Amino acid sequence: MRDAILASLREAFAAPAEASIAHGTFVVALAPESVVATATRLRGEFGFDLLQDVTAVDWPRRALRFDVVWHFYSTTQRVRVRMKTAVGEAAPEVETLTGLYGSAGFMERECHDMYGIRFRGNRDLRPILLYEGFVGHPLRKDYAKEHEQPLVPYRDQQ
Amino acid sequence: MSIELPSPVRAAFDAESEDAVVVNIGPSHPATHGTLQVIAALDGEKVQRVDVHCGYLHRGFEKECESHTWHNLMPYVDRLNYCSALINDFAYCDAVERLMGIEITPRCRYLRTLLSEYSRICDHLTCIAASLMELGAMTAFLYLVMLRDHMYEHLAALTGARVTYTYGRIGGLARDLPDGWLARLDEILVEFYEFTGRIHGLMDRNRIFIDRTRDVGAISSADALHWGFTGPILRSTGAAIDLRKDMPYLAYAELEFDVPVGINGDNYDRYYVRMREMDESIRMIRQLVGKLPQGPICVDDRRCTFPDKALVYREIQSLINHFKLVMDGPQVPAGEVYVGHEAPNGELGFYLVSDGSGTPYKVHVRSPSFVHMGGLHKLLEGYQLADIIPTFGSVNMIGGECDR
Repeated sequence: MRDAILASLREAFAAPAEASIAHGTFVVALAPESVVATATRLRGEFGFDLLQDVTAVDWPRRALRFDVVWHFYSTTQRVRVRMKTAVGEAAPEVETLTGLYGSAGFMERECHDMYGIRFRGNRDLRPILLYEGFVGHPLRKDYAKEHEQPLVPYRDQQ
Repeated sequence: MSIELPSPVRAAFDAESEDAVVVNIGPSHPATHGTLQVIAALDGEKVQRVDVHCGYLHRGFEKECESHTWHNLMPYVDRLNYCSALINDFAYCDAVERLMGIEITPRCRYLRTLLSEYSRICDHLTCIAASLMELGAMTAFLYLVMLRDHMYEHLAALTGARVTYTYGRIGGLARDLPDGWLARLDEILVEFYEFTGRIHGLMDRNRIFIDRTRDVGAISSADALHWGFTGPILRSTGAAIDLRKDMPYLAYAELEFDVPVGINGDNYDRYYVRMREMDESIRMIRQLVGKLPQGPICVDDRRCTFPDKALVYREIQSLINHFKLVMDGPQVPAGEVYVGHEAPNGELGFYLVSDGSGTPYKVHVRSPSFVHMGGLHKLLEGYQLADIIPTFGSVNMIGGECDR
């Protein structure tokens, strides 16, 4: 059954996107415009009822610097799908999936914290793991590990 | 001299906008275990709306991983879910091994499965003990925590540490079982039945406990999936979804076990599902002890396993091999992988990206607690203010993995 669903996924998403199977996971790389359409199909047609994860990968030397990565899981088919899209530094924006999956809310907030990816349509992108007023996006490769945030004064300086 | 510090959070609502009493609970509150801030709009005692904030334990785990070798970050992995650190170790090792194309030895596979289930019991004991104590059941807390402490000491005899073990290795384990470890395991399992039997007697039909937990914090299967709940919370709604059955890893395909489910998805069901899961874990442990094969615990692969120490002192190849593994770390082929293990709280996923060097390009953790915090408001809204405590207890949020 697993092979059947993988084959049908390959058939469905072969055309404008780039599809492959890596370590048992179906991987589809597509343009940012087709993110919501693809997720809607995955959820509606193929029964991917769990959005497991939203994150990004930073490749500073690439023209389109960020890969935004989603992981879906189907509890009936027992298959995972990884969806990827590349966005540039000037406008690191993709559509939100909060309309399809409630769980996208917090995960998109985290991704926004860490990489500065803006999820269009998600009105609640307040910091979640970081705090109000934090400057920068710590998981970007150009954010030095030693970098300090001088927003909270040390006690002896008060 | 006082200084005006900015608030670290911006609440989604305040008293003016809500026409209600707004109270702030946490992040450090004596009645919750875990640093979590809940801002609640109340109508009398009833919770109308909540705004949940986590992140107070954020330590930059993912950033820190990017400057260590694949091996050296093992102690950090331990500190994600520190109630069941071994499961984190094994999930991480499994992910790296898949990237490297390593198949672990049979003894290692069985030992990892056994220790995962043993850790699951520790974790569930912690969760149940703490949430019962928060309802005032001090005796139940002491019974369960005493049991857990015996297990911690037992694990310390194997790994050298009580809580954060650093016991997994890429391609194997740190060391084999010491003499008498399995005999002591038998004693502890007997003790387990004695004390959990007392918990069943104290709690299962306890009027106070039922009144506080039955039909409180209830969620349906569809809502639970929508909000990304996995693990005991999802199973308490009646959905038999368990990665150990659905996508078997380690030795789970060879074991007989049931997936306990609840009916209502309320606090009582979450308590009961955890109690029953511990029984199933013991059933698995007994099967694993019977099947445990002899043999090496680490693969014989010079890309990740250290050469024999005697050889390191005697021959140049082994010395260089040792040196390269320490200084450069295991060379992991470029690629990316997502591996999910069924951790006690739900799906613990590792998404690793390698650029082919000895240091990870990216380590991302899909932690069940963090995702659960995103849906926690569904369990809190519409119930009483006092229900926040048992509901939050039954979710078992672990700050280490939630905030990373």
